[in-house]
Amino acid sequence: MQEPGLYHILIVSTALFFIGVYGFFTRRNLVTLLMSTELILNSVNLNFVAFNKYLWPGRLDGVFFAIFIIAIAAAEVAVAIAIIINLYRSHKSIDVEKAEEMKY
Amino acid sequence: MPFSQVIFYLLAVLTLGSALLAVTSRQIFRAAIYLLFSLIGIAGIYFWLQYEFIAAVQIVVYVGGIVVLIIFSIFLTQQAGEQLPKQKIVRKLFSALAVFCGFALVLIQVLNHDFGVNDSMVNDASVATIGRQLLDVDKSGMALPFEVISILLLAAMIGCIVIAMRNRTVESIPGSETQTN
Repeated sequence: MQEPGLYHILIVSTALFFIGVYGFFTRRNLVTLLMSTELILNSVNLNFVAFNKYLWPGRLDGVFFAIFIIAIAAAEVAVAIAIIINLYRSHKSIDVEKAEEMKY
Repeated sequence: MPFSQVIFYLLAVLTLGSALLAVTSRQIFRAAIYLLFSLIGIAGIYFWLQYEFIAAVQIVVYVGGIVVLIIFSIFLTQQAGEQLPKQKIVRKLFSALAVFCGFALVLIQVLNHDFGVNDSMVNDASVATIGRQLLDVDKSGMALPFEVISILLLAAMIGCIVIAMRNRTVESIPGSETQTN
């Protein structure tokens, strides 16, 4: 068994990405869809940080990308939850199937 | 087996196991808690990679911010003890098949590709270096994206307030439905 390196982290992040995609395919609740999106974004972050660590150790670009992705994810989640709660107020449900009319 | 190796595999198992539970659990509150553990596992992997700052950011923003926000929205939109409806077995089967095919395809590509791993471990990811380069206006500085992100956060905040407010003003003033649409 060798020392864990770039390939191990890439395998973990690939698995995490596709777990998120599985959740995206099977779930029908908007909040759980949001949670799947978080998993996908985290796997991408893990990739950026691992590439920065193992391919360009002298630079910090991957870390900056990860920080910016975290900031954008926070903004995205805040807006998405505002929309979901607003949808719940008007439709009394946050199921994807029942939210098909895209108007107020 | 060296100690750091054991820690890496433990973190990987924690992350992937709780992520799997987060997308399959039928109780939505438990799914949120499993998501919390998965994000903590990813923060642990950042610590293992010796990027302490980004691990701290991960814990503060994701675990302390986003998961709490998700749990609040669950409380606001879900009846207590209510389970999510069961999915059709065909849908689950085909999703698992598609996901497995995609996973295998990506894994084959990744393992066959030679990334040319750089072994010179000169890692300077201290908070001082990150902060100095983040606000630098030199060639490798990140001042412009930093400002763009701050504008984006401001826009998102204003957007949230607008989205959350519109419904309440219509509901709270009786008889105002004729004036506002």
